[in-house]
Parts: sequence; structure tokens; C-alpha cells
Amino acid sequence: MARSDVQLMLDVKAGDEQSFALLLQRYRSPLINFLYRMVRNREQAEDLAQEVFIRVYRARADYVPSAKFTTWLFRIATNLALNSVRDTRHQRKEVSLDAPVTADAEEGDERPLDVAEKHPNIEQHLVEEARRRMIRQAIEKLPEKQRAAVLLHKYQELDYNEIAKILECSESALKSLLFRAYETLRVELAPLVQQGAK
Amino acid sequence: MSCDRMESRILPYVDGRLKASEQREVEEHLSECPACRVRVNEFRAVSGLLDELPQIEPSGAFDARVRARIAAEPVKQSWWAWLAPSPRVAFAASLLLFATVWVGSRPNTPEGRRTRVADRGPIIIDSSDLPVLENFDVLANFEPLTDLPQSVQGDEEQPDSNQQM
Repeated sequence: MARSDVQLMLDVKAGDEQSFALLLQRYRSPLINFLYRMVRNREQAEDLAQEVFIRVYRARADYVPSAKFTTWLFRIATNLALNSVRDTRHQRKEVSLDAPVTADAEEGDERPLDVAEKHPNIEQHLVEEARRRMIRQAIEKLPEKQRAAVLLHKYQELDYNEIAKILECSESALKSLLFRAYETLRVELAPLVQQGAK
Repeated sequence: MSCDRMESRILPYVDGRLKASEQREVEEHLSECPACRVRVNEFRAVSGLLDELPQIEPSGAFDARVRARIAAEPVKQSWWAWLAPSPRVAFAASLLLFATVWVGSRPNTPEGRRTRVADRGPIIIDSSDLPVLENFDVLANFEPLTDLPQSVQGDEEQPDSNQQM
């Protein structure tokens, strides 16, 4: 039976390095994907994910299982991501949101799809690529806190109470935040939404 | 239920995270409110669109970089670590303790004490001096000596008389 996150962390606290390797294996992918969608840069996302794991490791001696491990982990990740986004905001403003997206920043980083199998028609593939680009840009346009809320809610499937703790707000404030974010996405993605809602 | 109250429930409803009683309330409202029905459908569509984004895989070197950084971390000692003696300090403390116990375990008899005093060097007290020492106050008072006859010339040449005083 797999040990719980809390048990693994307590084992790390007791000096078991192997338990830390298991936590790394368990959470590296969700963390990197969350951070990548926050900062839109793979290298930066991996650097931030490394920093998250290092902070967890450094805090092992003082670890007390007072909350879910994922709440603690994603709170560290969210704070790092929000700081990083704010630090680089002025640089990103220089890049037009309508500018063509580079392969490095977007498609090149994501899991390669079996295009030949799923999209025998190249035109269909290009249409789907355009859809994904539109979705990515809509997420990127969200204010940072709304973006973090949507990513934690949609991709990490954390419950409202946990996301509220990560973002340090009340559960009702989080629901309101998510509602506004989905409203913005609904407007930004209107052409796609109309197709999907039919 | 009003449309305003739907704001906090519409997304949990789409997610299927509402309690049964709340879900019934939402469904009652939706049956009467076409605008909220449209919004629910559109939120569902947005949620479906978000599912279309693929995941990225961590680079092959990610784990190795994390491990390298952890290996470079300084060893953190707790506040109590200084209480834990090093092997050399523990050895020295053991030796000191052993020596203390050995010295303390030696016999504490009068013979033993005399032996230890003798070790420091002989203190010889002549038993004939004891009465003189006991009458030291008398010797210190020179008044009776004034009754003695004046010394005659040549006393200085008779060292024996001085010695008798």
C-alpha cells in the first residue's frame, strides 16, 4: 500500500531521503504543468519547481502535518509563480498578446500528439492547434490570482477549501474569483464556446 | 433562488461538487431561468475547452538537478545538536571521569592521609618545642626580663648566655 504524502514527509523529516525521492516522483509533473501554465515558459517553470522541492526539503525538520501536503506544496508553488509573474510583468507587456506564439513557448513544450493517427488531415490539425492557442492565450490574459485559481481547480482538481487555503482567501471569495475567471474565459472564448454549448 | 445566488453555485454545479440539497435548489432555479441555463451550458463548454490543453513532460534532467541541489544543501543541525558530544570530547570526558573515580576510590584511612602528607614533604615538629609554643604569650611579654641584672661587659663574647635567654 502506497504511503500517504504526509507519511512520506514525516519519513523525510526522520532522515529518509528515499521518501523525498518518492514525493519528487509523485509531484514533479503536476507542479511543472501548473507552473508552466502560470509563467508560460518551460525553463522557468522547471526552475520554479526545483525551488519548490528545495523549500520543501529545507522545511522538513519543522514539518508538522497540520494541513494536506498538497495544500502546502501548491501554496509554495503559487507564491513563487505569482512573484515570478509580477517580476516579469513589464517584460511580458512588451510582447503583444496578439503576436504569433513561438514554438519554444508553446507547442514545442507540450506533449507531442500522434498527429498522423489522430489528425490525418493537416488542415484539421491546424484548426485544433489554433483552438489550443486561443485557449492558452485566454488563460494567460486572466489576472494572476484568477489564473492560479482556475489552474488549481481545473487541472489539479483540488477542492474549494484547499484552493482557498492556497490562495489565502475565504471559500466564498474563491468561488466568486472562479466565477469571474470563468466569465472572462466565456467571453474570450466565445466563438469556441458557442460551438461547444450547442 | 435568485440569479445572484447562482454565482457561487454555478461552477460547483458544473463540477458536480454540490450537496444534494443545493443541487436540487440549483436545478429548480435552472428550470425557471433560461439565462442561467445558458450560462451553465457555456461554463460546461469552457471547462471542456480547458481539457483540450495537453500536458508537458518534465525534462529528463529535472530529477538529477533537484538531487544535485539537495546534495549541495548544507547539513542543518538542530539547536540541540551542540549537546551531542563529538567522539573525541566523549573520550576525554570519560578519561576525566575515570581519573576522578579512581582518585576518589583510594582508601581514606589516617595512614593514607599520612602517606599523602608525607608525599608533599616532611614537616618535622620537635616535641620539646611544644611547651615553648604553648607559653608564647609569656615570652612575648618582656617585662619580667627587666628584673634581670644588667649585662656585664663581655656578654657579647659569651654566646652561651644569649642562648640561655
